[in-house]
Amino acid sequence: MSKIYFTKDHEWIRIEADIGTVGITDYAQHALGDVVFVELPDLGRQVAQGAEAAVVESVKAASEVYAPVAGEVTEVNEAIVVDPALVNQDPQGQGWFFRLRLANPAAVEGLLDEKAYDALIRALE
Amino acid sequence: MTDELATTPLDALHRQLSAKMVPFAGYAMPVQYPTGILAEHIHCRAAAGLFDVSHMGQVMLQGPQAAAALEALVPGDIQGLPEGRIRYSMFTNPQGGILDDLMITNAGAFLLLVVNAACKEADFAHLRSQLPADLLVEPLRDRALLALQGPAAAAVMRRLAPGSEDMAFMSFRTLSVAGISCWVSRSGYTGEDGFEISLPNAHAEALARHFLADPLVKPIGLGARDSLRLEAGLCLYGADIDASTTPIEAGLAWSISRRRREGGGYPGASVLARQLTEGVGRLRVGLRPEDKAPARAHTVITLADGRPVGEITSGGYGPSLSGPLAMGYVEPAYASPGTALMLVVRGLARPARVVTMPFVPHRYRKG
Repeated sequence: MSKIYFTKDHEWIRIEADIGTVGITDYAQHALGDVVFVELPDLGRQVAQGAEAAVVESVKAASEVYAPVAGEVTEVNEAIVVDPALVNQDPQGQGWFFRLRLANPAAVEGLLDEKAYDALIRALE
Repeated sequence: MTDELATTPLDALHRQLSAKMVPFAGYAMPVQYPTGILAEHIHCRAAAGLFDVSHMGQVMLQGPQAAAALEALVPGDIQGLPEGRIRYSMFTNPQGGILDDLMITNAGAFLLLVVNAACKEADFAHLRSQLPADLLVEPLRDRALLALQGPAAAAVMRRLAPGSEDMAFMSFRTLSVAGISCWVSRSGYTGEDGFEISLPNAHAEALARHFLADPLVKPIGLGARDSLRLEAGLCLYGADIDASTTPIEAGLAWSISRRRREGGGYPGASVLARQLTEGVGRLRVGLRPEDKAPARAHTVITLADGRPVGEITSGGYGPSLSGPLAMGYVEPAYASPGTALMLVVRGLARPARVVTMPFVPHRYRKG
C-alpha cells in the first residue's frame, strides 16, 4: 500500500516499500502555469534531502524541484521531457518526475501528510 | 503592498474574467487568464487578442515648433513625420544610453507620445524640464489604451469602425469605434497586424466588452505579451535596452534618419555618431538554443572555449516556435547569423546559434 507525503515547497512523494515517486503538486503546476521544459536528474545520482533534483520551466520562469528526502535516483519520467504539458494535466499521476530509493525510509515522517498540506495551501489561497 | 497598486479602467473586467493579477510597474495587471499563456499566445497569432495596456504613459505635446523641440530629446526624425503617422524613437541621455523608448504620433493639432509604464513619471518630468516652457506637456491620465492584435484584428475592428481596415501600418486616425471617439493607431508589440486604441477611461470597459463579444477575440495578459514581443524580436525596456545601452548597440539605428545622424542635436548624438562610424563594443542579437532548455535573462554567453562574450537580456520559450529563444548582447565579432555560441544555464554550457530576428516573421499590414 502506498502513502503520499508533501513538502512546503509543493513537491509530493508517494512511498511504496523503499521507493519514493516524486512530482509537483496541483497547486504548484497551477502557480507555474504552462510547463514547457523539464530537466530530470541523472540515474544513479545521490540526492540529499532538500537538494535541487530537477528543473521545471513555464513560459515565464524556471523553478527547482527539490528532493523531499535523500536517496538514489532509480528512474526518471522521460514522458514529461517529451510532453511537458503532462505536468499540468496530471501532476500527481502521469506527470511524475523521478523515483528515489530512499536512504532512510523513516525520513518521510518529517514531511507533511495530505491533511497538513491541504491546510497549507488553503492558507496560501 | 497590494492595496497601494494603481488599477486600470479594466480592472473589474480582468477580475471578472478570472485573470491572475500581478504587480507590474505599480499597477495591478493581468499576467494571464485561465486558459494560460501558451493558449493566449497561440490564439493571438491565429485570430485576435485584446490587451489592456492602459498602464502605459500617454502624453500630449502641444505648442509652437513641438516637433523641433522634441528632436532635442530623441534621435528620431519628428519634423519629417507627416500628420497621421507614427514613429518609434527613444529618449537618450548624454552618453547615448536609452532613458525610455516610445512611439510618437503626429496627431495634427498635437504630438501624442506613448511611453513605458515604469518610466512614465520620469519621462513626464524629463519633458517638462527639458522642453521650452511655451510647450504644453500634458500627461493624459484620463485615457486608457487597448491593443487589438492578430491576423483577425482588422476584420474585428472593421465591424466596429468601418474604414479602419484601410489604415496603413504605423498610421493614426481619430475614429468612432462602436460609437466611441478613439485615437486609433495601426501598430503593436506582437509582430502581428493590429491596432492600439486610446480612449477616455470612462469608455474603456465598454469598448473592451465590444471586442470580447467577438468570438475571434480573447483577452491576453502580460505573459503572452512578453512571449509575443520576444518572438517578434522587439526590445523590452529595462531588459534589452536601458540607460547603459545605446540605440546603435541595440540594433535600432534604423530608427535614426540620415538628417538626424548628420545633424545631431539630441543627447548623446556625438556618441552615437562615433559608434555609427567606428563601431560598437557589443551588439544585440537573436539566439536559438540548440537543446530545449530555455536560457533566461542574465545567462552568460561564451565561446566554445568558455570565454565570455556577452549576456542574454531576454529569453524563454517561444510558443510559436515550440522551443526556446533569446536575445542578448555579444561582441560584434560573434554577432553574425549562424555563429555558434554557448549559453551557460545552471552551470552547463549549452550550444546555441545566432539567428536573424524576428524569430517569427512580422505580419504587419503592407502599404
